[in-house]
Amino acid sequence: MSEVLTLGFITSVLAAAVASGAALLYAALGETLAERSGVLNLGVEGMMLMGALAGFMTCTWSGSAWIGILGAIVAGSAMALIHAVLTVSFQANQVVSGLALTLFGQGLSAYLGTSYVGKAPPDAFTKIAIPVLSDIPRLGTILFRQDALVYLGYVTVPVIWWFVYRTRPGLKLRAVGENPATADAMGIDVARMRYVYVVIGGAFAGIGGAVISLATNPGWSENMTAGRGWIAVALVIFGMWNPARVAAGALLFGAVEAAQFRLQGVNVPVSSFFLNMLPYVFTIVVLVFATQQSRAQRLGSPAALGKPYVREER
Amino acid sequence: MASASTPAPASRVPGRRWKLERVQHPTVLAQAVVTVASVLLGLVLGGVIMIAAGENPIEVYKAMYTGAFSGEYNLSETLVKMIPLLLTGLGVSIAFRMQLWNIGAEGQFYFGAIFATGVAIFWLPNAGPWVVIPAMMVAGMVGGALWAAIPGALRGYLGVNETITTLMMNYIAILVAEYLVHGPWRDPMGYGFPGTESFSDATYLPTWGTTRVHLGLVFGLIAAVVLAIVFRRTRWGYEIGVTGASERVAKYAGMRTARNIVLVLAFSGALAGLAGMAEVAGINHSLQRGLSPGYGYTAIIVAWLGRLNPFGIVIVSFLLAGLLVGGDQLQITLGLPSAIAPMLQGVILFCLLAGDFFTRYRIARVKPVVPAAPAAEVAA
Repeated sequence: MSEVLTLGFITSVLAAAVASGAALLYAALGETLAERSGVLNLGVEGMMLMGALAGFMTCTWSGSAWIGILGAIVAGSAMALIHAVLTVSFQANQVVSGLALTLFGQGLSAYLGTSYVGKAPPDAFTKIAIPVLSDIPRLGTILFRQDALVYLGYVTVPVIWWFVYRTRPGLKLRAVGENPATADAMGIDVARMRYVYVVIGGAFAGIGGAVISLATNPGWSENMTAGRGWIAVALVIFGMWNPARVAAGALLFGAVEAAQFRLQGVNVPVSSFFLNMLPYVFTIVVLVFATQQSRAQRLGSPAALGKPYVREER
Repeated sequence: MASASTPAPASRVPGRRWKLERVQHPTVLAQAVVTVASVLLGLVLGGVIMIAAGENPIEVYKAMYTGAFSGEYNLSETLVKMIPLLLTGLGVSIAFRMQLWNIGAEGQFYFGAIFATGVAIFWLPNAGPWVVIPAMMVAGMVGGALWAAIPGALRGYLGVNETITTLMMNYIAILVAEYLVHGPWRDPMGYGFPGTESFSDATYLPTWGTTRVHLGLVFGLIAAVVLAIVFRRTRWGYEIGVTGASERVAKYAGMRTARNIVLVLAFSGALAGLAGMAEVAGINHSLQRGLSPGYGYTAIIVAWLGRLNPFGIVIVSFLLAGLLVGGDQLQITLGLPSAIAPMLQGVILFCLLAGDFFTRYRIARVKPVVPAAPAAEVAA
């Protein structure tokens, strides 16, 4: 056990936390945007899987991991578009439509991906040490010896935070999610806004999937996201729909995941099955606390979350 | 999704002669027609995906149909898979009626199987069938109910989103089962193969002739009848409906919503647990890895396609079982991945969700001058 508590071990866990938190970060940020517009999308798991597969496939064809990311964005957006059509245009139940999207994504990715199982991608995102910064003791190892997608994540979080809280389109986005009738009266096209943000959310989920298949575990296997899409949905609640808090949550869950793998490596006297339960148990515990906190602070979900907007039925 | 361009009712174009009108109570006939049309459209769209992937969909569907429904053996295997789908589908439908999104039937199924296995191997290893089978049934239902009551209590008393917690409980339940069959419950004579020892013969559920169709089918059919009565004839069934329609109304009416939430999820889980029990007692006769190929998830589609109606669920569970068995046959006859079946399930559900729009709205002609229109809106 003593080897668990060394500074070197903790540093390596935190570095792994940042790396594996990236997949959750992208997916959860995308879901934050979609939910801010009032559309709950429980299809994150399916969109991530399709993103992971499409990223891997396009990378294999093109030989470039960056083109793979483009493929993942297209796949994630296309999946999200199905959800947007069903929930915005056809006013379908958002919960059921999202579940359908997850089941569809799981089935379709397993079907289309059979011939790619066990193959290595020709290109992958490797760790790049940033000069000077990476030499900072501890912190440099944790933050600045990561792959390009992680660095992109560092930039994405403040940009989205600024967009949501400090720009006019961000204000419109929040208005549509809180009170679509008022937004409509102000001349905002509610349906169009929801389409746009659901699809952007899907693009982010696609990137999140590709982080797994092209950076953290290069390769493809059936259901390789292993519930991370659902954890991303939980993170949005944990983060109270605030991109900065969502990012902190992604880091926390990355740490749980990293600790789980590292502990398996150092012979902790706990069955690996219980270590594997950690992220799921932790999600439930965190969700309980986040729910209490958001109730106490009256910082609930976007008021119109989950409800279709029909102008005639106000 | 060819009809994606259908305009939302919100975007009424001035001068248009047709408009969409809200239908207050969709008829059963309209729902049935839309369901059948959605399934057919889903198969067509699924075929388009197969063409894109380089397959001949007609050949695929023919192979699936033969594999699922032709000949006594294939048909009986479809009935075998129908049992867990029927029970779990009925289970989630109870929760869905209350707008509780229990997507944890998979974990509840596993916990039912774990509890039933405990009874069969450790508690009553030598009992006769009239003792051990009812004991396993009760244990299976208790196991599933407890596993669902945890997210139920969190939702009812603390307001924690049940969709995510029930799903997380699936992963945990499967890992608990894996731990047991790899560790303390592993068969000492099993040559290191993960799985418990076989149950005694007394636990075997009676089967129909030489097929593997077992008594679980009767459990499912009885459960469907009981649920139909509960939903239509009892006060509790009525409370579920009211709470589903509006939790606030239910509270004002003095219903104990928190308690009902826990109870509904527990009952929902009990049926999934019974499905798990029936699977180990009727088919596997031991607890093994990979007990369920995702029955608990297919259950969601079963419940929704069956319109949350117990008898609808009986029909749909049979058809979707056929889809699963047909999908497995594809691997054998055409060498195609069986994942085609869940992909098709997803597409069919999409079509149904879109199709439901047409049961809720009808296209009506807009009369040239309608001065009395506001009155209609007030009525709505």
